[in-house]
Amino acid sequence: MADVFDEMTGADGSIRPPYGELSRWLSEIPPEVLDHRRREAELIFQRIGITFAVYGETDSQERLIPFDVVPRILAAAEWGFVCRGLEQRVKAINAYIGDVYGRREILKAGVIPEDLVFQNPVFRPEMNGQKVPHDIYVHIAGIDIIRVDASTFYVLEDNARTPSGVSYMLENREIMLRLFPELFSRHRVAPVENYPNELLATLKSVAPATASSDPTVVLLTPGIYNSAYYEHSFLADKLGVELVEGRDLFVKDETVYMRTTQGPQRVDVIYRRVDDDFLDPLAFRPDSALGAPGVMSAYQAGNVTLANAVGTGIADDKAVYSYMPAIVKFYLGEEPLLNNVPTWRCREEDHLAYVLDRLEELVVKEVHGSGGYGMLIGPRADKAQIEAFRTKLKSSPKNFIAQPTLALSTVPTCVEEGIAPRHVDLRPFVLVGRDCVRIVPGGLTRVALKKGSLVVNSSQGGGTKDTWVLDT
Amino acid sequence: MLSRTADNLYWLARYVERAEYLARILEVTQRLATLPIAYGGETNEWESAVATAGCTGAFSTQYSEANEETVTEFLCFSTANPSSIRNCFELARTNARAVRTALTMEMWDAINGTWLQLKRFGNGPTSREEFMRFLRWVQEASLRFDGRAYRTMLRNDAYWFSRLGLYQERADNTARILDVKFHLLLPTNERIGGPLDYFQWAAILRSVSALTAYHWVYKESVKPWLIADLLILKDEMPRSLASCYGNLVQNLDYIAQAYGRQGPAQRQARAIRTRLQNRRMEEIFQQGLHEFIGEFISSNNRLDSAITEQYLM
Repeated sequence: MADVFDEMTGADGSIRPPYGELSRWLSEIPPEVLDHRRREAELIFQRIGITFAVYGETDSQERLIPFDVVPRILAAAEWGFVCRGLEQRVKAINAYIGDVYGRREILKAGVIPEDLVFQNPVFRPEMNGQKVPHDIYVHIAGIDIIRVDASTFYVLEDNARTPSGVSYMLENREIMLRLFPELFSRHRVAPVENYPNELLATLKSVAPATASSDPTVVLLTPGIYNSAYYEHSFLADKLGVELVEGRDLFVKDETVYMRTTQGPQRVDVIYRRVDDDFLDPLAFRPDSALGAPGVMSAYQAGNVTLANAVGTGIADDKAVYSYMPAIVKFYLGEEPLLNNVPTWRCREEDHLAYVLDRLEELVVKEVHGSGGYGMLIGPRADKAQIEAFRTKLKSSPKNFIAQPTLALSTVPTCVEEGIAPRHVDLRPFVLVGRDCVRIVPGGLTRVALKKGSLVVNSSQGGGTKDTWVLDT
Repeated sequence: MLSRTADNLYWLARYVERAEYLARILEVTQRLATLPIAYGGETNEWESAVATAGCTGAFSTQYSEANEETVTEFLCFSTANPSSIRNCFELARTNARAVRTALTMEMWDAINGTWLQLKRFGNGPTSREEFMRFLRWVQEASLRFDGRAYRTMLRNDAYWFSRLGLYQERADNTARILDVKFHLLLPTNERIGGPLDYFQWAAILRSVSALTAYHWVYKESVKPWLIADLLILKDEMPRSLASCYGNLVQNLDYIAQAYGRQGPAQRQARAIRTRLQNRRMEEIFQQGLHEFIGEFISSNNRLDSAITEQYLM
């Protein structure tokens, strides 16, 4: 594994400029004060009920994601670069999805193998030839980024379906402002609180042509048992839109309505946090009780906008991920600003052979997995685990990709023994409207709280931090 | 507003009110049960508590005897009783979680805080002292929630629907307590007013926190027909049927005004209120209190259905 890049203390041991004030502050603040604030933050989180559920755990229905009070800081220039890269990537993703469900030029050109698209369970034949308002498929993207040195950022994963986590970005900032006003006064931190405003503008901008001049937007949630329910209610509240469940909606004459205390009201834009499979029992899984029967027909008739569109999974699948640099080049004619992590596709014979040879040094991931489940981290696995994985890999190589074990950057973090470096990633949120692309300066920084751990997922014991983008 | 949101607000208020009512009944029961036999009569206080809570049927399928232990468990902590205090708070929070966007931060804080604290009491109190503390705590939780709703909510349909739930539940509770107690205490036209009865009658007043109010209003010793008058017809008594219906009519009118449309719920509520306004206590006793209350409970239930049909589904 390469040397670890710490974002506060550079390779030569000096403090990197964006962290100058923070480093001074950390050395001044008494440990017991910091610890006190940390517990205060925990109490606040518990009281407002920012929780998530971990699937597969029966006893603890709701859990708090640990919050770390030491912020992660990016300089304005670093952020500017990341932003340009994000915008480029999301533009390419939208062009690619439109192409896959349209003229299929990228397949004809042989850039991406056809079976990867057509045999992919996230490919939605219902979307073939389907017009979507303003040709935008992905309105809200969460792009996971890791950093390995002062100038290199990699995209680890694209989330083009229903990315979550933005409520943490907003709540983390609120709590930091409450607990550490003096620390803010020593920095010029770009605000993130306008995110809901930007999101609403984005959603309204993509309303169907048949909508009124002030379109009705709703947020569709699977309900209170969904792990991200807190976020759904939080966002609906900040957006000032109704938080609906499938049973609140019905479709008549290919138009979507919600049941209100004053009778049916037409719905124009659905910011849906329900997966494709469960969206409409008439079009997809017939056993789904979460969706609204007929929504797909209204969508196909062009009377409602779904954000994100149906079938966007074809862009964030891990097998497709490895083709992203080629996708950027194909549609935009530009070199990608943000690189991919080098990736071996186990579907290709020579790649598979390479991976099987080096299982103990690679990270192998399931193509359709998420949340850090079903992956092998070679250097951390024992012999038996590696051999078990080898069998799985050989029997269905198409389901896997492999990447080098990357040294994610570290950021100072409040842990039991004091302040110590812990590995982090970053999920910024990109909003694509008819008028423009909007990116709020910041995002969700996830931190692996266990020493040396590289898994930042909340379901695996990761925590979150506030992310500061300095204005100057 | 989404019909489901209105429905959740309505039930949220009902469950919190119900929890408070159960706590009041139990507090009074505990008090009566500790009286010497000579003052308490022959009635089984614990059995009567279950009847007042309106769940005799569900109780008897699970327990063979109503005593302090079984009734406390059933009405407070049982997960099998859908209306136990624990379940009321669980359901209240579930409803609150489903409508977080319609609640103020203060209300959410109150209901979520209550739910978190509920765990502290585990599966039941370990002593009578702790039990009494628990009952106090339940009442305070309800007062806190109600106070925060009153002080922080916008006066719009969200507020009115939550008030409807509160007054529906309160009217039902007051009617039940009157029915059960009068039924137990006045089986026939026996002579009433002996010293033994005083504690029983005072207990009714206590369970709706009206003992002091009674003395202020009537300046008389405790008499059954005056208690009935206070709890049924007195507008100024916050838990009386008349007062509940004054509030139901008013909140339904606010909704009708905001939506520009009257419906069956408004008409039914007004009809019930008019009936209460035009009655005198002597008539009600002549006609039979039990029949009167029985009729009231069913018309109250019909109003609940009318509200549900008109707005909540």
